[in-house]
Amino acid sequence: MSLRTRRRLVPWLFLAPALLWLLLFFAYPLLNQASVSLMTGDPENGYTLTWAFHTYWDAISQYKVQFGRSILYAGIATALCLIIAFPLAYFTAFHAGRFRNLILLLIILPFFMSFVLRTVAWQLILADDGRVVSILRSIGVLGSDGRLLASGVAVVAGITYNFLPFMALPLYVALEKIDRRLLEAATDLYASRATAFRKVTLPLALPGIFAGSLLTFIPACGDFINAALLGTPRQYMIGNVIQSKFLNILDYPTAAALSFTLMLFILIGILLYARLLGARNLTEAAI
Amino acid sequence: MAATDTLAPPASAPPAPKPVTSSRDRLRHWVLGIWSVLALLYLFIPVFIVVLFSFNDNRGRFNFTWEGFTLRHWAHPFADADLAKAMTNSIEIALIATVIATLLGTFMAVALVRYNFRGRAGIDFFVFMPLSTPEVVLGAALLAMFLTLNINTGFVTIVIAHVMFTLSYVVVTVKARLEGMDRHIEEASMDLGATEWVTFRKVTLPMIAPGVAAAAMLAAAISFDDYVITSFNAGQTQTFPLFIFGATRQGVPAEVNVLATMLLLAVLVLMGLNVLVQRALARRDAVRTSA
Repeated sequence: MSLRTRRRLVPWLFLAPALLWLLLFFAYPLLNQASVSLMTGDPENGYTLTWAFHTYWDAISQYKVQFGRSILYAGIATALCLIIAFPLAYFTAFHAGRFRNLILLLIILPFFMSFVLRTVAWQLILADDGRVVSILRSIGVLGSDGRLLASGVAVVAGITYNFLPFMALPLYVALEKIDRRLLEAATDLYASRATAFRKVTLPLALPGIFAGSLLTFIPACGDFINAALLGTPRQYMIGNVIQSKFLNILDYPTAAALSFTLMLFILIGILLYARLLGARNLTEAAI
Repeated sequence: MAATDTLAPPASAPPAPKPVTSSRDRLRHWVLGIWSVLALLYLFIPVFIVVLFSFNDNRGRFNFTWEGFTLRHWAHPFADADLAKAMTNSIEIALIATVIATLLGTFMAVALVRYNFRGRAGIDFFVFMPLSTPEVVLGAALLAMFLTLNINTGFVTIVIAHVMFTLSYVVVTVKARLEGMDRHIEEASMDLGATEWVTFRKVTLPMIAPGVAAAAMLAAAISFDDYVITSFNAGQTQTFPLFIFGATRQGVPAEVNVLATMLLLAVLVLMGLNVLVQRALARRDAVRTSA
Protein backbone atom coordinates (compact mmCIF):
# COMPACT_ATOMS: atom_id res chain seq x y z
CA MET A 1 0.00 0.00 0.00
CA SER A 2 1.41 3.36 -0.98
CA LEU A 3 1.86 6.06 1.62
CA ARG A 4 -0.77 8.17 -0.12
CA THR A 5 -3.57 5.61 0.06
CA ARG A 6 -2.56 4.77 3.60
CA ARG A 7 -2.80 8.41 4.61
CA ARG A 8 -6.23 8.56 3.02
CA LEU A 9 -7.42 5.46 4.83
CA VAL A 10 -6.24 6.43 8.30
CA PRO A 11 -9.03 8.87 9.17
CA TRP A 12 -11.64 6.28 8.19
CA LEU A 13 -9.95 3.66 10.35
CA PHE A 14 -10.09 6.09 13.26
CA LEU A 15 -13.71 6.93 12.53
CA ALA A 16 -15.08 3.49 11.73
CA PRO A 17 -15.89 2.08 15.20
CA ALA A 18 -17.69 5.18 16.50
CA LEU A 19 -19.43 5.79 13.19
CA LEU A 20 -20.60 2.19 13.06
CA TRP A 21 -21.98 2.46 16.60
CA LEU A 22 -23.92 5.62 15.77
CA LEU A 23 -25.22 4.17 12.50
CA LEU A 24 -26.39 0.96 14.19
CA PHE A 25 -27.82 2.43 17.39
CA PHE A 26 -28.80 5.97 16.40
CA ALA A 27 -29.48 6.26 12.65
CA TYR A 28 -30.93 2.81 12.06
CA PRO A 29 -33.33 2.98 15.06
CA LEU A 30 -34.66 6.30 13.75
CA LEU A 31 -35.28 4.79 10.30
CA ASN A 32 -36.85 1.76 11.94
CA GLN A 33 -39.02 4.07 13.99
CA ALA A 34 -40.16 5.81 10.83
CA SER A 35 -41.40 2.47 9.53
CA VAL A 36 -43.01 1.58 12.88
CA SER A 37 -44.90 4.87 12.83
CA LEU A 38 -46.55 3.79 9.55
CA MET A 39 -47.65 0.38 10.83
CA THR A 40 -51.11 -0.72 11.95
CA GLY A 41 -52.16 -3.56 14.18
CA ASP A 42 -52.56 -4.23 17.89
CA PRO A 43 -50.34 -5.38 20.76
CA GLU A 44 -51.62 -8.99 20.69
CA ASN A 45 -51.26 -9.77 16.99
CA GLY A 46 -48.31 -7.52 16.25
CA TYR A 47 -47.96 -4.65 13.83
CA THR A 48 -47.44 -4.69 10.07
CA LEU A 49 -46.32 -1.93 7.73
CA THR A 50 -49.35 -0.50 5.91
CA TRP A 51 -48.06 3.02 5.18
CA ALA A 52 -50.71 4.40 7.52
CA PHE A 53 -49.90 8.08 7.34
CA HIS A 54 -53.15 8.87 9.12
CA THR A 55 -51.51 7.79 12.40
CA TYR A 56 -49.63 11.09 12.37
CA TRP A 57 -52.76 13.11 11.90
CA ASP A 58 -54.66 11.13 14.54
CA ALA A 59 -51.79 11.34 17.03
CA ILE A 60 -51.27 15.07 16.57
CA SER A 61 -54.94 15.97 16.81
CA GLN A 62 -55.42 13.71 19.82
CA TYR A 63 -52.40 15.04 21.72
CA LYS A 64 -52.16 18.62 20.50
CA VAL A 65 -52.77 19.84 24.05
CA GLN A 66 -49.74 17.97 25.36
CA PHE A 67 -47.66 19.18 22.42
CA GLY A 68 -48.67 22.77 23.06
CA ARG A 69 -48.02 22.36 26.78
CA SER A 70 -44.53 20.89 26.16
CA ILE A 71 -43.56 23.83 23.98
CA LEU A 72 -45.11 26.34 26.39
CA TYR A 73 -43.50 24.87 29.53
CA ALA A 74 -40.14 24.39 27.81
CA GLY A 75 -40.31 27.93 26.39
CA ILE A 76 -41.11 29.54 29.74
CA ALA A 77 -38.45 27.47 31.49
CA THR A 78 -35.85 28.43 28.87
CA ALA A 79 -36.70 32.13 29.27
CA LEU A 80 -36.51 31.83 33.08
CA CYS A 81 -33.18 30.01 32.83
CA LEU A 82 -31.84 32.82 30.67
CA ILE A 83 -33.06 35.48 33.12
CA ILE A 84 -31.59 33.66 36.12
CA ALA A 85 -28.37 32.49 34.46
CA PHE A 86 -27.30 35.59 32.53
CA PRO A 87 -26.47 37.77 35.56
CA LEU A 88 -24.86 34.76 37.22
CA ALA A 89 -22.67 34.03 34.18
CA TYR A 90 -21.92 37.75 33.76
CA PHE A 91 -20.88 38.13 37.38
CA THR A 92 -18.73 34.99 37.17
CA ALA A 93 -17.00 36.12 33.98
CA PHE A 94 -16.43 39.78 34.84
CA HIS A 95 -16.54 40.37 38.59
CA ALA A 96 -15.95 37.11 40.45
CA GLY A 97 -12.16 37.44 40.64
CA ARG A 98 -10.65 34.65 42.68
CA PHE A 99 -14.10 33.14 43.36
CA ARG A 100 -14.59 32.35 39.67
CA ASN A 101 -13.54 28.70 39.82
CA LEU A 102 -15.49 28.17 43.02
CA ILE A 103 -18.69 29.49 41.42
CA LEU A 104 -18.18 27.28 38.36
CA LEU A 105 -17.66 24.28 40.64
CA LEU A 106 -20.85 25.14 42.52
CA ILE A 107 -22.80 25.37 39.25
CA ILE A 108 -21.63 21.89 38.23
CA LEU A 109 -21.75 20.19 41.62
CA PRO A 110 -25.53 19.50 41.85
CA PHE A 111 -25.11 17.36 38.70
CA PHE A 112 -23.36 14.81 40.85
CA MET A 113 -26.46 14.21 42.88
CA SER A 114 -29.07 12.13 41.10
CA PHE A 115 -31.39 14.30 39.04
CA VAL A 116 -34.44 12.17 39.88
CA LEU A 117 -33.63 12.46 43.59
CA ARG A 118 -33.29 16.25 43.43
CA THR A 119 -36.66 16.41 41.70
CA VAL A 120 -38.12 14.26 44.48
CA ALA A 121 -36.66 16.81 46.92
CA TRP A 122 -38.68 19.53 45.16
CA GLN A 123 -41.81 17.46 45.88
CA LEU A 124 -40.97 17.81 49.54
CA ILE A 125 -40.19 21.53 49.33
CA LEU A 126 -43.37 22.40 47.45
CA ALA A 127 -45.63 20.02 49.40
CA ASP A 128 -48.97 21.33 50.66
CA ASP A 129 -47.92 21.10 54.32
CA GLY A 130 -44.45 22.47 53.57
CA ARG A 131 -43.00 25.76 54.66
CA VAL A 132 -42.98 27.43 51.23
CA VAL A 133 -46.70 26.93 50.70
CA SER A 134 -47.58 28.11 54.22
CA ILE A 135 -45.50 31.28 53.80
CA LEU A 136 -47.01 32.02 50.41
CA ARG A 137 -50.48 31.45 51.86
CA SER A 138 -49.89 33.74 54.82
CA ILE A 139 -48.65 36.62 52.64
CA GLY A 140 -51.55 36.09 50.29
CA VAL A 141 -49.68 35.06 47.15
CA LEU A 142 -51.55 31.77 47.30
CA GLY A 143 -55.16 31.44 48.39
CA SER A 144 -55.92 29.65 51.68
CA ASP A 145 -56.29 26.38 49.78
CA GLY A 146 -53.82 27.27 47.03
CA ARG A 147 -51.11 24.77 46.27
CA LEU A 148 -47.83 24.58 44.41
CA LEU A 149 -47.30 20.87 43.98
CA ALA A 150 -49.34 19.25 41.23
CA SER A 151 -49.55 22.51 39.30
CA GLY A 152 -48.03 23.92 36.14
CA VAL A 153 -45.95 26.30 38.28
CA ALA A 154 -44.25 23.36 40.01
CA VAL A 155 -43.50 21.61 36.72
CA VAL A 156 -42.04 24.75 35.14
CA ALA A 157 -40.01 25.47 38.30
CA GLY A 158 -38.69 21.92 38.24
CA ILE A 159 -37.69 22.11 34.57
CA THR A 160 -36.06 25.51 35.13
CA TYR A 161 -34.17 24.08 38.06
CA ASN A 162 -33.01 20.96 36.25
CA PHE A 163 -31.67 22.70 33.15
CA LEU A 164 -30.26 25.90 34.68
CA PRO A 165 -26.60 24.75 34.53
CA PHE A 166 -27.03 23.92 30.83
CA MET A 167 -27.84 27.60 30.29
CA ALA A 168 -25.28 29.04 32.70
CA LEU A 169 -22.19 27.24 31.38
CA PRO A 170 -22.40 28.17 27.66
CA LEU A 171 -23.27 31.74 28.67
CA TYR A 172 -20.22 31.88 30.89
CA VAL A 173 -17.97 30.49 28.12
CA ALA A 174 -19.23 33.10 25.64
CA LEU A 175 -18.95 36.02 28.09
CA GLU A 176 -15.54 34.97 29.34
CA LYS A 177 -14.16 35.01 25.78
CA ILE A 178 -15.07 38.68 25.26
CA ASP A 179 -11.99 40.86 24.91
CA ARG A 180 -12.30 43.47 27.68
CA ARG A 181 -10.51 46.03 25.53
CA LEU A 182 -13.54 46.12 23.23
CA LEU A 183 -15.62 47.34 26.16
CA GLU A 184 -12.97 49.87 27.13
CA ALA A 185 -12.88 51.07 23.53
CA ALA A 186 -16.65 51.50 23.60
CA THR A 187 -16.56 53.59 26.77
CA ASP A 188 -13.54 55.54 25.48
CA LEU A 189 -15.67 56.41 22.46
CA TYR A 190 -18.28 57.87 24.84
CA ALA A 191 -20.73 54.94 24.78
CA SER A 192 -22.71 54.70 28.01
CA ARG A 193 -22.53 51.47 30.03
CA ALA A 194 -25.93 50.48 28.68
CA THR A 195 -24.96 51.16 25.06
CA ALA A 196 -21.69 49.27 25.44
CA PHE A 197 -23.63 46.33 26.87
CA ARG A 198 -26.22 46.42 24.11
CA LYS A 199 -23.80 46.95 21.22
CA VAL A 200 -20.75 44.96 22.36
CA THR A 201 -21.45 42.47 25.15
CA LEU A 202 -24.84 41.22 24.01
CA PRO A 203 -23.90 40.52 20.34
CA LEU A 204 -20.75 38.74 21.46
CA ALA A 205 -22.74 36.70 23.98
CA LEU A 206 -25.23 35.56 21.31
CA PRO A 207 -23.51 32.23 20.59
CA GLY A 208 -23.74 31.44 24.29
CA ILE A 209 -27.39 32.45 24.44
CA PHE A 210 -28.07 30.30 21.38
CA ALA A 211 -26.21 27.24 22.67
CA GLY A 212 -27.67 27.61 26.18
CA SER A 213 -31.22 27.98 24.90
CA LEU A 214 -30.93 24.86 22.75
CA LEU A 215 -29.33 22.85 25.55
CA THR A 216 -32.23 23.88 27.78
CA PHE A 217 -35.15 23.85 25.36
CA ILE A 218 -34.50 20.53 23.60
CA PRO A 219 -34.30 18.32 26.70
CA ALA A 220 -37.06 20.35 28.37
CA CYS A 221 -39.42 19.67 25.45
CA GLY A 222 -38.97 15.91 25.76
CA ASP A 223 -38.84 15.84 29.56
CA PHE A 224 -41.41 13.79 31.44
CA ILE A 225 -39.86 13.38 34.86
CA ASN A 226 -40.80 16.83 36.15
CA ALA A 227 -44.38 16.48 34.97
CA ALA A 228 -44.58 12.95 36.42
CA LEU A 229 -43.14 13.87 39.82
CA LEU A 230 -44.30 17.48 40.30
CA GLY A 231 -47.48 17.51 38.22
CA THR A 232 -50.61 15.49 37.64
CA PRO A 233 -51.97 14.06 34.38
CA ARG A 234 -53.37 17.55 33.81
CA GLN A 235 -49.78 18.82 33.51
CA TYR A 236 -48.50 15.92 31.40
CA MET A 237 -46.25 16.79 28.52
CA ILE A 238 -45.68 14.96 25.25
CA GLY A 239 -42.80 13.00 26.79
CA ASN A 240 -45.22 11.46 29.29
CA VAL A 241 -47.53 10.41 26.44
CA ILE A 242 -44.71 8.88 24.39
CA GLN A 243 -43.39 7.02 27.41
CA SER A 244 -46.74 5.56 28.45
CA LYS A 245 -47.70 4.66 24.86
CA PHE A 246 -44.42 2.79 24.50
CA LEU A 247 -44.06 1.13 27.88
CA ASN A 248 -47.61 0.71 29.21
CA ILE A 249 -50.12 0.78 26.35
CA LEU A 250 -47.76 -0.80 23.79
CA ASP A 251 -49.22 1.36 21.03
CA TYR A 252 -45.91 1.59 19.15
CA PRO A 253 -47.09 3.29 15.93
CA THR A 254 -48.68 6.22 17.79
CA ALA A 255 -45.65 6.56 20.08
CA ALA A 256 -43.30 6.50 17.08
CA ALA A 257 -45.40 9.06 15.20
CA LEU A 258 -45.45 11.33 18.25
CA SER A 259 -41.70 11.18 18.75
CA PHE A 260 -41.11 11.97 15.09
CA THR A 261 -43.43 14.91 15.27
CA LEU A 262 -41.59 16.13 18.37
CA MET A 263 -38.27 15.87 16.53
CA LEU A 264 -39.71 17.81 13.61
CA PHE A 265 -41.08 20.54 15.90
CA ILE A 266 -37.71 20.94 17.53
CA LEU A 267 -35.85 21.00 14.22
CA ILE A 268 -38.14 23.75 12.91
CA GLY A 269 -37.75 25.56 16.22
CA ILE A 270 -33.95 25.45 16.00
CA LEU A 271 -33.99 26.76 12.43
CA LEU A 272 -36.37 29.62 13.28
CA TYR A 273 -34.36 30.52 16.35
CA ALA A 274 -31.08 30.49 14.41
CA ARG A 275 -32.74 32.73 11.81
CA LEU A 276 -33.97 35.07 14.52
CA LEU A 277 -30.55 35.48 16.11
CA GLY A 278 -28.83 35.61 12.73
CA ALA A 279 -27.14 32.35 11.82
CA ARG A 280 -24.24 34.10 10.07
CA ASN A 281 -23.52 36.10 13.18
CA LEU A 282 -23.49 32.89 15.17
CA THR A 283 -21.13 30.85 13.04
CA GLU A 284 -18.75 33.79 12.74
CA ALA A 285 -18.75 34.42 16.46
CA ALA A 286 -18.35 30.73 17.20
CA ILE A 287 -15.07 30.69 15.28
CA MET B 1 8.94 28.44 25.03
CA ALA B 2 9.89 32.08 24.50
CA ALA B 3 8.89 31.85 20.84
CA THR B 4 5.35 30.76 21.64
CA ASP B 5 5.06 33.47 24.25
CA THR B 6 5.64 36.22 21.71
CA LEU B 7 3.34 34.48 19.23
CA ALA B 8 0.48 34.31 21.71
CA PRO B 9 -2.55 36.22 20.38
CA PRO B 10 -3.09 39.58 22.05
CA ALA B 11 -6.59 38.47 23.10
CA SER B 12 -5.08 36.30 25.82
CA ALA B 13 -3.34 39.25 27.44
CA PRO B 14 -4.65 39.67 30.97
CA PRO B 15 -7.24 42.44 31.19
CA ALA B 16 -6.10 45.44 33.14
CA PRO B 17 -8.00 45.48 36.43
CA LYS B 18 -10.26 48.49 36.42
CA PRO B 19 -10.91 49.94 39.82
CA VAL B 20 -14.57 50.12 40.71
CA THR B 21 -15.18 53.82 40.68
CA SER B 22 -18.64 55.31 40.71
CA SER B 23 -21.26 54.38 43.27
CA ARG B 24 -23.51 53.23 40.43
CA ASP B 25 -20.86 50.74 39.40
CA ARG B 26 -20.59 49.51 42.95
CA LEU B 27 -24.36 49.10 43.16
CA ARG B 28 -24.42 47.17 39.89
CA HIS B 29 -21.66 44.94 41.20
CA TRP B 30 -23.59 44.24 44.40
CA VAL B 31 -26.87 43.52 42.63
CA LEU B 32 -25.14 41.06 40.31
CA GLY B 33 -23.38 39.42 43.24
CA ILE B 34 -26.55 39.00 45.28
CA TRP B 35 -28.41 37.68 42.25
CA SER B 36 -25.64 35.11 41.71
CA VAL B 37 -25.74 33.98 45.33
CA LEU B 38 -29.52 33.53 45.09
CA ALA B 39 -29.18 31.58 41.83
CA LEU B 40 -26.61 29.27 43.42
CA LEU B 41 -28.88 28.88 46.44
CA TYR B 42 -31.70 27.82 44.11
CA LEU B 43 -29.37 25.17 42.68
CA PHE B 44 -28.43 23.91 46.12
CA ILE B 45 -31.73 23.88 48.04
CA PRO B 46 -32.70 20.35 46.89
CA VAL B 47 -29.14 19.15 47.51
CA PHE B 48 -29.32 20.39 51.10
CA ILE B 49 -32.71 18.71 51.52
CA VAL B 50 -31.41 15.37 50.24
CA VAL B 51 -28.38 15.51 52.55
CA LEU B 52 -30.45 16.63 55.55
CA PHE B 53 -33.04 13.88 55.12
CA SER B 54 -30.32 11.21 55.03
CA PHE B 55 -30.18 11.92 58.81
CA ASN B 56 -33.95 11.90 59.33
CA ASP B 57 -35.29 9.53 61.98
CA ASN B 58 -38.41 8.73 59.96
CA ARG B 59 -40.86 6.14 61.31
CA GLY B 60 -42.66 4.76 58.28
CA ARG B 61 -41.46 4.34 54.70
CA PHE B 62 -42.07 8.00 53.91
CA ASN B 63 -39.19 10.39 54.36
CA PHE B 64 -41.08 13.65 53.88
CA THR B 65 -41.21 15.31 57.30
CA TRP B 66 -38.37 15.93 59.73
CA GLU B 67 -38.68 13.68 62.77
CA GLY B 68 -35.31 14.02 64.47
CA PHE B 69 -31.66 13.27 63.90
CA THR B 70 -30.29 9.76 63.49
CA LEU B 71 -27.25 8.07 62.01
CA ARG B 72 -29.03 4.77 61.56
CA HIS B 73 -29.41 5.08 57.77
CA TRP B 74 -25.71 5.81 57.50
CA ALA B 75 -24.90 2.63 59.47
CA HIS B 76 -26.44 0.32 56.85
CA PRO B 77 -26.61 2.13 53.50
CA PHE B 78 -26.73 -1.15 51.58
CA ALA B 79 -29.36 -2.81 53.80
CA ASP B 80 -31.91 -2.84 50.95
CA ALA B 81 -30.76 -5.62 48.59
CA ASP B 82 -32.62 -4.19 45.59
CA LEU B 83 -31.07 -0.78 46.16
CA ALA B 84 -27.59 -2.29 46.48
CA LYS B 85 -28.12 -4.25 43.25
CA ALA B 86 -29.37 -1.12 41.44
CA MET B 87 -26.33 0.80 42.64
CA THR B 88 -23.83 -1.84 41.50
CA ASN B 89 -25.63 -2.10 38.14
CA SER B 90 -25.37 1.67 37.68
CA ILE B 91 -21.68 1.70 38.54
CA GLU B 92 -20.91 -1.24 36.23
CA ILE B 93 -22.90 0.23 33.37
CA ALA B 94 -21.26 3.64 33.79
CA LEU B 95 -17.77 2.10 33.83
CA ILE B 96 -18.27 -0.13 30.77
CA ALA B 97 -20.10 2.53 28.75
CA THR B 98 -17.47 5.15 29.65
CA VAL B 99 -14.56 2.98 28.56
CA ILE B 100 -16.18 2.14 25.20
CA ALA B 101 -17.48 5.65 24.50
CA THR B 102 -14.20 7.34 25.46
CA LEU B 103 -12.18 4.96 23.29
CA LEU B 104 -14.40 5.28 20.20
CA GLY B 105 -15.06 8.99 20.70
CA THR B 106 -11.40 9.94 21.10
CA PHE B 107 -10.42 8.23 17.85
CA MET B 108 -13.33 9.88 16.08
CA ALA B 109 -12.39 13.32 17.41
CA VAL B 110 -8.78 12.88 16.25
CA ALA B 111 -9.97 11.90 12.77
CA LEU B 112 -12.35 14.87 12.59
CA VAL B 113 -9.83 17.49 13.68
CA ARG B 114 -6.52 16.18 12.36
CA TYR B 115 -7.48 14.90 8.91
CA ASN B 116 -9.02 16.45 5.87
CA PHE B 117 -11.23 14.06 4.00
CA ARG B 118 -14.36 14.06 1.97
CA GLY B 119 -17.52 13.88 4.08
CA ARG B 120 -15.98 15.41 7.19
CA ALA B 121 -18.58 18.16 7.51
CA GLY B 122 -21.34 15.59 7.10
CA ILE B 123 -19.95 13.39 9.86
CA ASP B 124 -19.46 16.44 12.09
CA PHE B 125 -23.16 17.17 11.73
CA PHE B 126 -24.15 13.53 12.16
CA VAL B 127 -22.27 13.30 15.47
CA PHE B 128 -24.00 16.45 16.68
CA MET B 129 -27.47 15.05 15.91
CA PRO B 130 -27.90 12.79 18.98
CA LEU B 131 -27.19 15.85 21.13
CA SER B 132 -30.02 17.79 19.52
CA THR B 133 -32.54 14.97 19.75
CA PRO B 134 -34.69 14.72 22.89
CA GLU B 135 -33.82 11.74 25.03
CA VAL B 136 -37.37 10.33 24.82
CA VAL B 137 -36.96 10.06 21.07
CA LEU B 138 -33.56 8.36 21.36
CA GLY B 139 -34.80 5.91 23.97
CA ALA B 140 -38.04 5.14 22.17
CA ALA B 141 -36.34 4.61 18.80
CA LEU B 142 -33.80 2.24 20.30
CA LEU B 143 -36.51 0.26 22.11
CA ALA B 144 -38.54 0.03 18.89
CA MET B 145 -35.49 -1.46 17.15
CA PHE B 146 -34.85 -3.99 19.93
CA LEU B 147 -38.51 -4.99 19.77
CA THR B 148 -38.47 -5.33 15.99
CA LEU B 149 -35.33 -7.48 16.12
CA ASN B 150 -36.70 -9.52 19.07
CA ILE B 151 -33.77 -8.57 21.31
CA ASN B 152 -34.52 -8.79 25.03
CA THR B 153 -33.77 -5.55 26.83
CA GLY B 154 -31.56 -5.60 29.91
CA PHE B 155 -28.02 -4.84 31.08
CA VAL B 156 -26.45 -5.13 27.60
CA THR B 157 -29.02 -2.94 25.88
CA ILE B 158 -28.58 -0.27 28.57
CA VAL B 159 -24.83 -0.27 27.90
CA ILE B 160 -25.44 -0.02 24.13
CA ALA B 161 -27.78 2.94 24.67
CA HIS B 162 -25.43 4.72 27.06
CA VAL B 163 -22.46 4.39 24.71
CA MET B 164 -24.60 5.77 21.89
CA PHE B 165 -25.61 8.97 23.68
CA THR B 166 -22.39 9.63 25.62
CA LEU B 167 -20.29 9.16 22.46
CA SER B 168 -21.24 12.56 21.05
CA TYR B 169 -20.35 14.30 24.33
CA VAL B 170 -16.92 12.63 24.25
CA VAL B 171 -16.31 13.65 20.62
CA VAL B 172 -17.31 17.28 21.31
CA THR B 173 -15.12 17.51 24.44
CA VAL B 174 -12.00 15.91 22.93
CA LYS B 175 -12.43 17.94 19.73
CA ALA B 176 -12.42 21.16 21.74
CA ARG B 177 -9.10 20.15 23.29
CA LEU B 178 -7.59 19.12 19.92
CA GLU B 179 -8.62 22.34 18.23
CA GLY B 180 -6.67 24.35 20.76
CA MET B 181 -3.46 22.40 20.10
CA ASP B 182 -0.44 23.11 17.93
CA ARG B 183 -0.54 20.56 15.09
CA HIS B 184 3.03 21.27 14.03
CA ILE B 185 4.28 18.97 16.78
CA GLU B 186 2.49 16.04 15.14
CA GLU B 187 3.74 17.05 11.71
CA ALA B 188 7.27 17.16 13.09
CA SER B 189 6.84 13.64 14.46
CA MET B 190 5.68 12.35 11.06
CA ASP B 191 8.46 14.23 9.26
CA LEU B 192 10.90 12.42 11.51
CA GLY B 193 9.55 9.13 10.18
CA ALA B 194 6.99 8.11 12.79
CA THR B 195 3.89 6.36 11.43
CA GLU B 196 0.40 7.71 12.13
CA TRP B 197 -0.08 5.17 14.86
CA VAL B 198 3.21 5.94 16.63
CA THR B 199 2.50 9.67 16.30
CA PHE B 200 -0.94 9.18 17.78
CA ARG B 201 0.33 7.10 20.68
CA LYS B 202 3.45 9.08 21.53
CA VAL B 203 2.50 12.65 20.61
CA THR B 204 -1.23 13.23 20.20
CA LEU B 205 -2.51 11.08 23.05
CA PRO B 206 -0.29 12.54 25.80
CA MET B 207 -1.22 16.05 24.67
CA ILE B 208 -4.98 15.46 24.66
CA ALA B 209 -4.96 13.37 27.85
CA PRO B 210 -6.63 16.07 30.01
CA GLY B 211 -9.39 16.46 27.42
CA VAL B 212 -9.89 12.69 27.28
CA ALA B 213 -10.05 12.52 31.07
CA ALA B 214 -12.63 15.31 31.17
CA ALA B 215 -14.66 13.55 28.47
CA ALA B 216 -14.56 10.28 30.40
CA MET B 217 -15.72 12.04 33.59
CA LEU B 218 -18.57 13.65 31.71
CA ALA B 219 -19.59 10.37 30.06
CA ALA B 220 -19.55 8.54 33.41
CA ALA B 221 -21.60 11.26 35.11
CA ILE B 222 -24.21 11.34 32.33
CA SER B 223 -24.44 7.56 32.13
CA PHE B 224 -24.75 7.12 35.89
CA ASP B 225 -27.52 9.70 36.20
CA ASP B 226 -29.54 8.81 33.12
CA TYR B 227 -33.18 8.00 33.67
CA VAL B 228 -35.03 8.68 30.40
CA ILE B 229 -33.14 6.52 27.88
CA THR B 230 -32.52 3.82 30.47
CA SER B 231 -36.21 3.57 31.35
CA PHE B 232 -36.92 2.51 27.77
CA ASN B 233 -34.12 -0.03 27.42
CA ALA B 234 -33.76 -1.54 30.89
CA GLY B 235 -36.17 -4.47 30.75
CA GLN B 236 -36.13 -5.99 34.25
CA THR B 237 -32.73 -4.51 35.12
CA GLN B 238 -32.69 -1.83 37.82
CA THR B 239 -30.34 1.13 37.94
CA PHE B 240 -29.97 3.75 40.68
CA PRO B 241 -32.15 6.42 38.97
CA LEU B 242 -34.76 3.80 37.97
CA PHE B 243 -34.87 2.54 41.57
CA ILE B 244 -35.45 6.06 42.92
CA PHE B 245 -38.18 6.83 40.41
CA GLY B 246 -39.86 3.50 41.08
CA ALA B 247 -39.68 4.13 44.83
CA THR B 248 -41.37 7.55 44.69
CA ARG B 249 -44.83 5.97 44.98
CA GLN B 250 -44.15 4.11 48.22
CA GLY B 251 -41.64 6.64 49.53
CA VAL B 252 -37.95 6.80 48.72
CA PRO B 253 -35.97 5.03 51.49
CA ALA B 254 -33.51 7.26 53.36
CA GLU B 255 -30.68 4.92 52.33
CA VAL B 256 -31.00 6.46 48.87
CA ASN B 257 -30.23 9.87 50.39
CA VAL B 258 -27.22 8.36 52.15
CA LEU B 259 -25.82 6.85 48.94
CA ALA B 260 -26.41 10.06 46.98
CA THR B 261 -24.65 12.10 49.68
CA MET B 262 -21.74 9.65 49.77
CA LEU B 263 -21.39 9.96 46.01
CA LEU B 264 -21.38 13.75 46.19
CA LEU B 265 -18.67 13.61 48.87
CA ALA B 266 -16.62 11.20 46.76
CA VAL B 267 -16.81 13.59 43.79
CA LEU B 268 -15.76 16.50 46.02
CA VAL B 269 -12.76 14.52 47.31
CA LEU B 270 -11.78 13.57 43.75
CA MET B 271 -12.05 17.20 42.64
CA GLY B 272 -9.91 18.31 45.59
CA LEU B 273 -7.28 15.68 44.77
CA ASN B 274 -7.33 16.78 41.14
CA VAL B 275 -6.62 20.39 42.14
CA LEU B 276 -3.72 19.26 44.33
CA VAL B 277 -2.23 17.08 41.56
CA GLN B 278 -2.58 19.88 38.99
CA ARG B 279 -0.83 22.30 41.36
CA ALA B 280 2.01 19.82 41.97
CA LEU B 281 2.41 19.26 38.21
CA ALA B 282 2.42 23.00 37.52
CA ARG B 283 5.08 23.51 40.18
CA ARG B 284 7.19 20.70 38.69
CA ASP B 285 6.89 22.19 35.20
CA ALA B 286 7.81 25.62 36.52
CA VAL B 287 10.94 24.16 38.12
CA ARG B 288 11.83 22.35 34.89
CA THR B 289 11.45 25.34 32.61
CA SER B 290 13.45 27.60 34.88
CA ALA B 291 16.23 25.01 35.18
